[in-house]
Amino acid sequence: MKRIYMDNNATTAVRPEVMEAMLPFFREHFGNPSSVHWAGRETGAALEAAREKVARLINCDPAEIVFTSCGSEGDNLAIKGVADARRDRGNHIITTEVEHPAVLAACKFLEKQGFEVTYLPVDEQGMLDVDALEAAITDKTILISVMWANNETGTLFPIEQIGAVARKHKICFHTDAVQAIGRVPVDVEKAQLDLLAISGHKIGAPKGVGALYVRKGVRLTPLIHGGHQERNRRAGTHNLPGIVGLGTACEMASADLQNTADRLRRLRDRLEQGLLAAIPESQVNGHPSQRLPNTLNISFNYIEGEAVLLFLDMQGIAASSGSACMSDSFGQSHVIDAMGVDPMMANSAIRFGLGYDNSEADVDQVLEILPGIVKKLRDMSPFYHERGAAKLTANS
Amino acid sequence: MYSDKVIDHFTNPRNVGEIENADGVGEKVSSSCGDRMKVFLKVEDGIIKDIKFQTYGCGAAIASSSMMSEMVVGKTLQEALDLTNDQVADALGGLPAPKLHCSNLAADALHEAIKNYQAAEA
Ligand SMILES: Cc1ncc(COP(=O)(O)O)c(C=O)c1O
Ligand code: FES
Repeated sequence: MKRIYMDNNATTAVRPEVMEAMLPFFREHFGNPSSVHWAGRETGAALEAAREKVARLINCDPAEIVFTSCGSEGDNLAIKGVADARRDRGNHIITTEVEHPAVLAACKFLEKQGFEVTYLPVDEQGMLDVDALEAAITDKTILISVMWANNETGTLFPIEQIGAVARKHKICFHTDAVQAIGRVPVDVEKAQLDLLAISGHKIGAPKGVGALYVRKGVRLTPLIHGGHQERNRRAGTHNLPGIVGLGTACEMASADLQNTADRLRRLRDRLEQGLLAAIPESQVNGHPSQRLPNTLNISFNYIEGEAVLLFLDMQGIAASSGSACMSDSFGQSHVIDAMGVDPMMANSAIRFGLGYDNSEADVDQVLEILPGIVKKLRDMSPFYHERGAAKLTANS
Repeated sequence: MYSDKVIDHFTNPRNVGEIENADGVGEKVSSSCGDRMKVFLKVEDGIIKDIKFQTYGCGAAIASSSMMSEMVVGKTLQEALDLTNDQVADALGGLPAPKLHCSNLAADALHEAIKNYQAAEA
């Protein structure tokens, strides 16, 4: 059985070129980049080269890149770091209801410390209203944190418009770009961003490395205190192999961003149109056009997503329902919920996240298998049968 | 995460469907997740001659429904009433902790069907 991995919004395989670039930094070049001797100098140069590659992908100065251990750390450093550094100026933060838990939980934590947080709602397509965001600003607002692309639906927020609003009101603006990076063009100057978090393992670099862009002049309190690494913004000896991998992944993403996006969009659209055509009463969750090219979140009424995923898994196909971290908990996803999707539709939502390795044959394999799975589960579902009965009476 | 038994019953669920003119029909909606199971019984001389089910739920719920149906076919109504949720879960080789509530659907829906049958007979 051919295994098909379509859960690239959860994590990605390390790209072969990235792996290749990392290998020498485990044994050959192992020095601590903060050391003055030859071993440190070698890795010091590699560290700065990686920093330049990350900076180029998002159009910032290399000095504005802080290497972290993951996307969650970047979000936490941005949000808690700015909140603490600006405490004297105000205590209000604006974010959205559909952020990743890394942002939501950091905001909840700050609420316990006396901060006030506005969680903006989204419409049924998962879109944010920028006027509502502007209206939520008070003279106490010190930070706006809005994700670039939603991890569950792929919906893209109007980051450039929000950046203009934030700049107009002179409020610090952070975005969680963990899903956007490498998939859509990201430019911190155009978007007038002050902070932006990225994660290695979503773009073909390994787990355990990420970066936070911090605009020059933005002060933030570190989460990790210790040595002077990363200009005192993040202590701890650098994860050099990981950082080199992140640099290479960013370089590769810069090089073929548009090609990859176009290719994945064609595959995603083929999957989406094929499923909608083959399965009645199915619907796409998320924005029809303002969406990551690789993401499809789709519901099949009358059945449960978990059962669909199990059947797919047995045929070697890996997809997911919502956020990977939530797959053990009950109830539906907070993202689909916030969009006001009908609960039974919401319960059947599953997410495909296409990646570099996926081919048209993979998509066709899913198109061949999934309609049968849905049919089998609907045949089992009391709701499906009752719906048929209700229709019959209505027609007679 | 699921045992081989669970996977087996989930992949090839026994007794899925509906019995026309069933002697007893019962259903249960899970209070923790909203999932739902419906049971249809054919009873002869106090013995469950046939059982069919429809389930809207996760893999564990579907496997529990199937296992339950296998466990009670041919049994007396009293034996079926004595069947517990734990017995269903045990017969499946156990369920992961967050999925234990899913097996509740099966025995509860069965007991509803039996009670409805008995109420109609009385
Ligand atoms: C939008 C978003 N933000 C943050 C994260 C957290 O990233 P990491 O797993 O690197 O901590 C994820 C990954 O699940 C994500 O999708
Ligand atoms: S999660 Fe609802 S029955 Fe299992």
